[in-house]
Amino acid sequence: MQELLTLSLAEVHRKLQAREVSAIELTEAILTHISAVEPQVQAFITPTPELAREMARRAQARLDAGERSPLLGVPIALKDNLCTAGVRTTCASRILHNFVPPYDATVVARLREAGAIFVGKVNMDEFAMGSSTEFSAFHITRNPWDLTRAPGGSSGGSAAAVAAHMAYAALGSDTGGSIRQPAAFCGVVGLKPTYGRVSRYGLVAYASSLDQIGPLTKTVEDCALMLNAIAGKDPHDATSVDLPAPDYRAALVDDIKGIRLGIPQEFFEQGVQPEVAETVHQAIGLLESVGAQVQEVSLPMAEQSLAIYYILAPAECSSNLARYDGVRYGLRVGAERGHIGMMEATRAEGFGKEVIQRIIIGTYALSSGYYDAFYLKAQQGRTLLRQQFATVFQQVDALVCPTTPTPAFPLGALVDDPLAMKLADVLTIPVNLAGLPGLSVPCGFVNGLPVGLQIIGKPFDEATVLRIGYTWEQLACLRDELRLPTGLAI
Amino acid sequence: MAITLEQMRHTAKLARLELSDAQLAELMHAINALMGHFERLQSLPLEAVEPTAHSIPVFDAMREDGVGATLTREVALANAPEARDGLFIVPRIVEE
Repeated sequence: MQELLTLSLAEVHRKLQAREVSAIELTEAILTHISAVEPQVQAFITPTPELAREMARRAQARLDAGERSPLLGVPIALKDNLCTAGVRTTCASRILHNFVPPYDATVVARLREAGAIFVGKVNMDEFAMGSSTEFSAFHITRNPWDLTRAPGGSSGGSAAAVAAHMAYAALGSDTGGSIRQPAAFCGVVGLKPTYGRVSRYGLVAYASSLDQIGPLTKTVEDCALMLNAIAGKDPHDATSVDLPAPDYRAALVDDIKGIRLGIPQEFFEQGVQPEVAETVHQAIGLLESVGAQVQEVSLPMAEQSLAIYYILAPAECSSNLARYDGVRYGLRVGAERGHIGMMEATRAEGFGKEVIQRIIIGTYALSSGYYDAFYLKAQQGRTLLRQQFATVFQQVDALVCPTTPTPAFPLGALVDDPLAMKLADVLTIPVNLAGLPGLSVPCGFVNGLPVGLQIIGKPFDEATVLRIGYTWEQLACLRDELRLPTGLAI
Repeated sequence: MAITLEQMRHTAKLARLELSDAQLAELMHAINALMGHFERLQSLPLEAVEPTAHSIPVFDAMREDGVGATLTREVALANAPEARDGLFIVPRIVEE
C-alpha cells in the first residue's frame, strides 16, 4: 500500500503544508484506493468522489494562500446519520433512503470551514441501533482485519473506513458504545466526548439524552485535532455546554506520572474473555511502570447498566422516531389507505426489525400503567450509577478497562440473538448513562484481532483522557502493526 | 413481567406500526427475552432516589427574539413525498 495512504492525519497535514503533496493529488490517491478496497470492505453508503474533488480544489487554493488549519485538505468520512447539505443522508434506513438534507449538521459545517474533504457517507446500523453494522438496511460492512468478521457498530463504516485507510479520520456517533466498540474491533482510536461537549444539531436523533458525536482516527493526536475542530457551544443545540474547549492537541503530554488510574473490577467481569482482560492488564501494568498510580475501584451499578439502557434508549427512540410518518420527507407507502393507514404502512415497511423492536419496547415502557415500573425505575437507576461514578472520581483521575468483552465476532454470529448482540456494549453503556468522556485506543491483539483499552474520564476532562491515551500509544509502539490490517488483499 | 400478544398489538397501534400477528409473535419472543434482563431493576432500592433525565444539568436556552435565516418554501418541500401549490399533500384527514 502506498505510504501516503497509511499516514496519520497529523502526518499528512505536514506533507500538505510542506507541499510534498497537493490536496488534489492526495484526494485522487484516496479515491483510487477506495475503488480498490471498497469492494472488499463495503464501508460506504454514498461515496462522494465528485464532491471530494471539488472540495480538494478549494482546499488547495486555501493552502496556496498560506492557511495552516490542521484539517485543511485532509480526506474524511462521515457517518450517514450526520446531515450533509445536498448529500443524501439515509441513517442506513429504507425510510430515509431518498432524504437529502437542506442543511449541514454543526459538526459537518465546522469540518467544512476547517477545509476537510468529504469522501463519502459511511455505513452504520439503522438509526445507530446495533453493534455490528449488520442492521444496515443496505449492506453489511466487513472488518478490515478479517473480512469474515463484523466491524462493530453502529459506527462500523466509520471505523472500517479509517482502518482500511479510505479516510484519514471519520466522525461517528455514540449512544451506548457506537464509536468506541467499532474502534476497538477495527484497531483505531475512537472518542465519545462528554455529553454536551459537541453539538448534536443535525445528528439524526436516536436517544437524545445519550447521543454524542465524536471522532474515529488512526492516532490519539489525530483524535485531539478532530475534537478541536468540532467541540464547543452551539446555539442550535441547547444541550451543548458553554464551557471553554481547551486545545486538546496541547494536552498530549507523554507523561502520566502521578495520574491516578482506577480499575473498575466490574468491567473485567460480565463475560470479558480472559485473553482480553489479560491484554488490558498488561497495558495497565505498563502505564504503572511509567508513573501512573493504579488502584482498584468498584462500580456495582455498572452491572445494571444494560437493563437501564434498554429501557431509556428505546423510550427516547420511540419518541424521536415518531417523526417518520411519510408526510414531510422519506418513504411513503399506502397513501390510498387514509392518513393513519399511510403512517402505519410507511413505518412498518420503512423500519427494519431492530428499530421496530426498540420502538415497541420504548412505547410499551412509556405507556400508561408501565411508566413507573420501567421508565422511572431506569431513570432512578441512572442516578445511582452517576453517583457511584462521582464517588469513584473523588479517588481517581480516570478509569481504565477493556472497551469490549471480546474482539470482533464473526458476521452473522449474533444477529438473531436479541441479548447476545447487546452484551457487546456492556462495558461502554455505563459511560453514556453517566455522560462521561470515553476513549478507546488499540492495546494489543488476541488471535490476530485488535483489542481496545477504554479510558473513562471525569465530565469535560477529555484532556486527561487523551493524555493517558497518548502516553499509552507512545509506550505500546503498535503503530506499524496497525498500519496494515491483515484482512485486506493489498 | 412478560408482554402478551394482546399488549403487543396495542403497543404497535400506539406506535403506528402495521405488523402481522406472525411479526408480532416473533417480536414478542425477542422482547420477552430482553425483559427478563430488565427484571433486575425491580429489585433495586430506588424509593427515595431522584430520577436522572440528563447526565448534565440542562437549562432553558434564552435568546433575543429576532428574525434569522430560514428555509425557503421550495427547499422545505424538496423532500416531500407529495407537494403541490407550496403545500405538503397528505391523504384526506377529515371525512366528507
